[in-house]
Amino acid sequence: MDVVTSQTIGVEVNGTTYEREVEARRLLIHLLRDDLDLTGSHIGCDTGNCGACSVILDRTLVKSCMVLAIQADGASIETVEGLAGEEQLTPLQQAFSDHHALQCGYCTPGMLMSATALLRENPKPSDEEIAKAIQGNICRCTGYWNIFEAIKAASE
Amino acid sequence: MLLSEVAYARPATLEQALGVLAEHPGARALAGGQTLVNVMKARAASPDVLVDLSGIPELKGIELGSDGTLELGPMTTYTELIGSSEARARPILGEVCAQIADVQVRNRGTIGGNVCASDPTNHLPPVMVAVGAEFRVSGTGGERTVPAEEFFLGVYMTAAGPGELLTKITIPPGRSDGFASVPIGVDGTCIVNAAASLNGGVRVVLGCVGATPVAVEPASADAEAVRDAVRDADLDPPSDVHASADYRRHLAEVVAARAVERAGKGS
Repeated sequence: MDVVTSQTIGVEVNGTTYEREVEARRLLIHLLRDDLDLTGSHIGCDTGNCGACSVILDRTLVKSCMVLAIQADGASIETVEGLAGEEQLTPLQQAFSDHHALQCGYCTPGMLMSATALLRENPKPSDEEIAKAIQGNICRCTGYWNIFEAIKAASE
Repeated sequence: MLLSEVAYARPATLEQALGVLAEHPGARALAGGQTLVNVMKARAASPDVLVDLSGIPELKGIELGSDGTLELGPMTTYTELIGSSEARARPILGEVCAQIADVQVRNRGTIGGNVCASDPTNHLPPVMVAVGAEFRVSGTGGERTVPAEEFFLGVYMTAAGPGELLTKITIPPGRSDGFASVPIGVDGTCIVNAAASLNGGVRVVLGCVGATPVAVEPASADAEAVRDAVRDADLDPPSDVHASADYRRHLAEVVAARAVERAGKGS
């Protein structure tokens, strides 16, 4: 049984395939931000509480500060950079803009990924389901109401 | 954050996993990582090798026997359990898992990780004791079955010792269970929690009031009888920034009575 301290891994991020050698101790968020220069996913608390680092890993919403990069070998990852097309925001992103659902913007990438994951699974969530879906994402501007309204608008 | 240097293995079979654990005394099993990775960031644990259990099919899955017995693979995530039609045979399981943390944590965190962490504030240890779960513990020397009330040995300590793994959780049939807690914020860490089961007698198990779950058996499901039983248990809970020991003793009576009331409604 191989026990490794580093390994070359392959990941597909937003449709692009990357190969990188990573140390076993490297967190997924650092692979994304530091190795792949995808700095849209943020590090807020680094303790798994704030959700600013949320990404979709193999169709599952996760906090990328609590996943090792080496665990993502062979995985398909979606980050906030993958949401919009060249010029076109997603309906959810447009709703965030229309409803002033971002103030400082720090939590926004994580909020967008959580809401994206929600609307994929449940295109018409109830108010309670929206609130539950972003429970793992903290907005320190406390602008939750506009975020809630934006997700609701995007679901209609 | 940069973790301390650590090695990594992702075995494909239980035998390989037990082999790595046996070869490396400083190795630790990595389940969903929603506790261990943070503990490593804080340098509160510094394993030499992480043995990632996510590639072992036999540790996954939920099976419902014809008599209503549930067999849970310990690497089942909270989200998988919540969505499992089989797991509805014992509704309290999904109900409590849905109260743990948030979507992202529930997507990665596992049933086995929750119990093996043996954090006194975790949700599942009191639930497992209340429903009479049995844990299969496997090592290179063989396997044994440990009842839930003997599994939790102390803070962060369980009957699954060095080199061993929790490999199956068996839940007997039953429906009249209830859970109540006072958490820090909705679905946050519990200040005090209680699980109750009325499947033949009244069994209430309190969490967060000692190093391990505390079981009490009230004379009846009457609220006063439950509160008396909790008072008679002479609890010695910790005091911290969230609650004094006295307040925890008070909350223990309250949540125990609520858990029994919910169990009476069939939960």
